[in-house]
Amino acid sequence: MAYKFDFGAIVPHWQLLFDGVILTTELTVIGAVVGVGLGIMGAWARASRAPVISQIVGVYVELIRNTPFLVQLFFIFFGLPALGVKLTEFQAAVLAMIVNLGAYSTEIIRAGILAIPQGQIEAAQSLAMNRVQIFRYVVILPALKKIWPALSSQIVIVMLGSSVCSQIAAEELTFGANYIQALNFRAFEVYFVVTGLYLVMSILLRMGLKVLGNFLFERRRHV
Amino acid sequence: MSEFSLWDIAYNLLLAARWTVLLSLTAFVLGGLVGLLLLMVRTAGNPWVIRLVRGYVELFQGTPLLMQLFIVFFGLPLIGLDVSPWVAATLGLTLFTSAFLTEIWRGCVESIGKGQWEASASLGMNFTQQMRYIVLPQALRIAVPPTVGFSVQVVKGTAVASIIGFVELTKAGTMITNATYEPFTVYGCVAVMYFLICYPLSLFARHLEGKFRHVAR
Repeated sequence: MAYKFDFGAIVPHWQLLFDGVILTTELTVIGAVVGVGLGIMGAWARASRAPVISQIVGVYVELIRNTPFLVQLFFIFFGLPALGVKLTEFQAAVLAMIVNLGAYSTEIIRAGILAIPQGQIEAAQSLAMNRVQIFRYVVILPALKKIWPALSSQIVIVMLGSSVCSQIAAEELTFGANYIQALNFRAFEVYFVVTGLYLVMSILLRMGLKVLGNFLFERRRHV
Repeated sequence: MSEFSLWDIAYNLLLAARWTVLLSLTAFVLGGLVGLLLLMVRTAGNPWVIRLVRGYVELFQGTPLLMQLFIVFFGLPLIGLDVSPWVAATLGLTLFTSAFLTEIWRGCVESIGKGQWEASASLGMNFTQQMRYIVLPQALRIAVPPTVGFSVQVVKGTAVASIIGFVELTKAGTMITNATYEPFTVYGCVAVMYFLICYPLSLFARHLEGKFRHVAR
């Protein structure tokens, strides 16, 4: 008995997939912007070797990098209410993505900061710049430029990882897929199409980050 | 509601953690073998094969692991194979691992100087001999640290297998939570166990990186 594929069965439910794509995009954009921001601060703390804070950040980075995203998500969504922190599905998903990307980008950006030649920083000091100015004008942009490809890859990984947020019923793309296959029992067709959507999204995201990188780092030369 | 002490929770999670370790090891070993095979056919260099392998890698790096597992889990029954969550998880994670490892190892093989290939070719070695005696032994030293590092990703990837119903550490955590209503403690314990598996691997990878640094390039 041969199975008959019926991709047409998905068409009536396109709205669910569309909404899912939108929500996955929202999660990714917020997660990436805030997560990288957190990473910049974390990397600064790590690279400055400020005694206590640097160690706290180090523990945070290792804890997150050595546990699965799904468990972090469950801990935030199911575990934190025990401490009185109640989050909606969307908030929990965003928070988990921020915390996760924050740890990875701390490590990535720190590598970029450490690659800034010491002479640059000494030169800035001799111009009487203070630490904030040095970080802002001398360190962070060249550091980000150096590690931009690695950071882009990590952002794509976080976007793809967001598919497990369906497990706490955050209504992103995978959630839409689960919903549709519960309606029409066409699991394979739905997941096949959604896999294709993720592939397109990751290619677009990669391209977008490349364009953003060019914009951020190349045009500064003329300023 | 059943009474679970902290010890009961930890003990049951520990039992489930065996499956996490077993799945990780299986996927890592099988994925490594498939990855090595892909590396071989790719390095041997038929342009079409190269394109095919590149597409394979792009596909697995550009889609969520969860979708890959779903497609295996729901796809194989359609061609008449009845798969258990264990088989689906093993197969899915093996393919996932092979794609990443072959890409990591490709970089290592490509970092071996062209002169090495030419010199060994001038000694009359064929492709297999070149790989076996000249290129792989050198590439291996560069490849070990990132490969160990990637094993952490595999262990963490097994958590996703809980979603297709494979009972490992994360799934056990969910089941125990449903019985005890203590998500904070249970998921805390789950996280600690993953950490205890992954952190030594991370440290080992870092240690190897330091050790082999002078070898690379």
